Amino acid sequence: MAHAAHAGHHDDHAHHTPTGWRRWLYSTNHKDIGTLYLLFSFMAGIIGGLLSIAMRMELQEPGLQIFSNPQTYNVFVTGHGLIMVFFLVMPALIGGFGNWFVPLMIGAPDMAFPRMNNISFWLTVSGFCLLIMSLFFEGAPGSYGFGGGWTVYPPLSTTGHPGPALDFGIFSLHLAGAASILGAINFITTILNMRAPGMTLHKMPLFAWSILVTAFLLLLALPVLAGAITMLLTDRNFGTTFFDPAGGGDPVLYQHLFWFFGHPEVYIMILPAFGIVSHIVSTFSKKPIFGYLGMAYAMVAIGVVGFVVWAHHMYTVGLSLQTQAYFVFATMVIAVPTGVKIFSWIATMWGGSIKFSAAMHWAVGFIFLFTVGGVTGVVLSNAGVDRYMHDTYYVVEHFPYVLSLGGVFMIFGGVYYWFPKMTGRIIPENIGILHFWVAFAGANILFFPMHFLGLAGMPRRYADYPDAFADWNRIVSFGAYLFFAGLGIFLYGIYKAYSSGVQAAANPWGPGATTLEWTLSSPPPFHQYETLPRIVDTEH
Amino acid sequence: MGPAEREALLARRIRNTGAACLGLAAVMVGAAYASVPLYNLFCRVTGYDGTPLVGTTAPTEVLERTVIVRFDTNVASGLDWSFVSETPQIEAKIGETITTFFRVRNDGRRASTGIASYNVQPGQAGAYFVKLKCFCFDDQTLKPGEAMDFPVVFYVDPAIKADTTLDGLSTITLSYTYFTSRNGQPVETVSRESGKPKL
Repeated sequence: MAHAAHAGHHDDHAHHTPTGWRRWLYSTNHKDIGTLYLLFSFMAGIIGGLLSIAMRMELQEPGLQIFSNPQTYNVFVTGHGLIMVFFLVMPALIGGFGNWFVPLMIGAPDMAFPRMNNISFWLTVSGFCLLIMSLFFEGAPGSYGFGGGWTVYPPLSTTGHPGPALDFGIFSLHLAGAASILGAINFITTILNMRAPGMTLHKMPLFAWSILVTAFLLLLALPVLAGAITMLLTDRNFGTTFFDPAGGGDPVLYQHLFWFFGHPEVYIMILPAFGIVSHIVSTFSKKPIFGYLGMAYAMVAIGVVGFVVWAHHMYTVGLSLQTQAYFVFATMVIAVPTGVKIFSWIATMWGGSIKFSAAMHWAVGFIFLFTVGGVTGVVLSNAGVDRYMHDTYYVVEHFPYVLSLGGVFMIFGGVYYWFPKMTGRIIPENIGILHFWVAFAGANILFFPMHFLGLAGMPRRYADYPDAFADWNRIVSFGAYLFFAGLGIFLYGIYKAYSSGVQAAANPWGPGATTLEWTLSSPPPFHQYETLPRIVDTEH
Repeated sequence: MGPAEREALLARRIRNTGAACLGLAAVMVGAAYASVPLYNLFCRVTGYDGTPLVGTTAPTEVLERTVIVRFDTNVASGLDWSFVSETPQIEAKIGETITTFFRVRNDGRRASTGIASYNVQPGQAGAYFVKLKCFCFDDQTLKPGEAMDFPVVFYVDPAIKADTTLDGLSTITLSYTYFTSRNGQPVETVSRESGKPKL
């Protein structure tokens, strides 16, 4: 901890710039670690995406096409879910953009604990390796990998998968969880202590606010998951009976613990996206964000309420009527702060001088699609409706509408917005816009028909389905291929950015971009803010 | 305050914040584990979700309203026992004390030890289902071919009439499952709860 905060004795060796593999493996520089996180999450996202492409190829036609063993299909479903949650969205939004831009935005020279930052990243990578390894060990008798879904409910996870695959999975989550907890401690410490002079919390940019709230959610939710999966591990291997009725345990307790983590987890993934949208919308409307304080405290409210709604994932376990009524009500309350945010984004655009850049396309697309996902969330929050929808494709649709179209859209939005700042290169705007339209069309063709499949009663986590569902499933699969193909456009855009050789200005977006990172060169110097900036009066 | 002092102050504040965050994470791990006994205690005290209450005295009031109490018996895989109730169901007046018998027999070739867990459905009825005598959560060791009869004495608490959500309740199912007793696990330390209690 002595090296925290560029302490005085650190300065004499702080100005050499490491090169080669040392620069990356031993990195303590928040920008380099952010870059590592972004590259890692992109690679993990490709693997997770390929798993989902395999799932959609299987579901394109009724009957079994590419999986001879339906259990393997479920292994792919599980792997896809865990990778996308823990190794794509979280590393990209929190580890990637969070590391890159929180210190820049609050005027800090680096993170509070730079070496812990390095540990966080490599723990995440190790966790990912363990998860991939788990796919190649026996899980259920006679098949490889764990196929019980990302929720890992017992008793299927305790007695249904005797092989070591799930043990690898649990250790993977332990490492990823430890990485995120350390990362969260780092962000909280940095944001609370290392803001530039004059940068009060109420002047702090909304992305930094979103990361602060997210870090607190991580700190409170992830240890509970770690405890729950450790209980699973000892139930599986050491004869404890936390979740085994034979010894007086209760499998439903696991569901309570898991969702006490799992529900805040979805806000952990979406809040940083909220922060990025706010910046993009404000920048390209050339207006400060509408209702800045309301926006900040709406995120705080979402975080707080997010902790007391978990049992809306569990309406079918036999909760009493009053309990269900409470969880229905509390869940619907979340629509209020979320509505405040949607309203404020639109109000920011209202009357603004809007420039429809690539990043702005992604942000506006996000606002529309997230609203669709949010509305289906309100539908599902009704206990009575959920009885019918539970474990159907309606739920499978709701989750990606808020997280794939929400989280992933804002990962791309953030890349198009900050790519000039991070690299000093410019992705041609029309390539970003083309990528947006392909992804927008692909994602909607992919996820919108799932509403119909879910309402028609198609259950999730099956490799096969009745012929009646065939038409929509074929369309859904084509949407998935289209969305995936959009990545080719994205990669081409990055290639063009480097091959064209155009150098980005410090602030390529004009007067709308008011946050501190745009005052630095593009890319920023290896060590920034030798003299701390002094914030007199900022508009957000 | 000179720059050196400011550096030291900042370093101390950073250390304190980091330590506080680490402590918070540790508390949350503790909370996850504390939830196990707290949850069991909660279910036992409130009878939440089908955790029948254990009582000592019979009720004084008997209502005209009746419920059908069904008995469901199960044996978990791995235990070669048969397990039946003497009657599939009883129509009981609310408040009436009922005694019924269950019979287990070891159909295997070796002596084995089983332990029963129980649950009431629907879950909300657990708060009003009171057992005065029960064989649950005691290890039973049976020799090959040996059979035993166990009594269960229970009543449905007349306080149920005040619970409007159970006005339409016509049937309560009392379900037992015999599991193989886990070797080396002292029975007294395992939780007395079973089934699927919920919040």
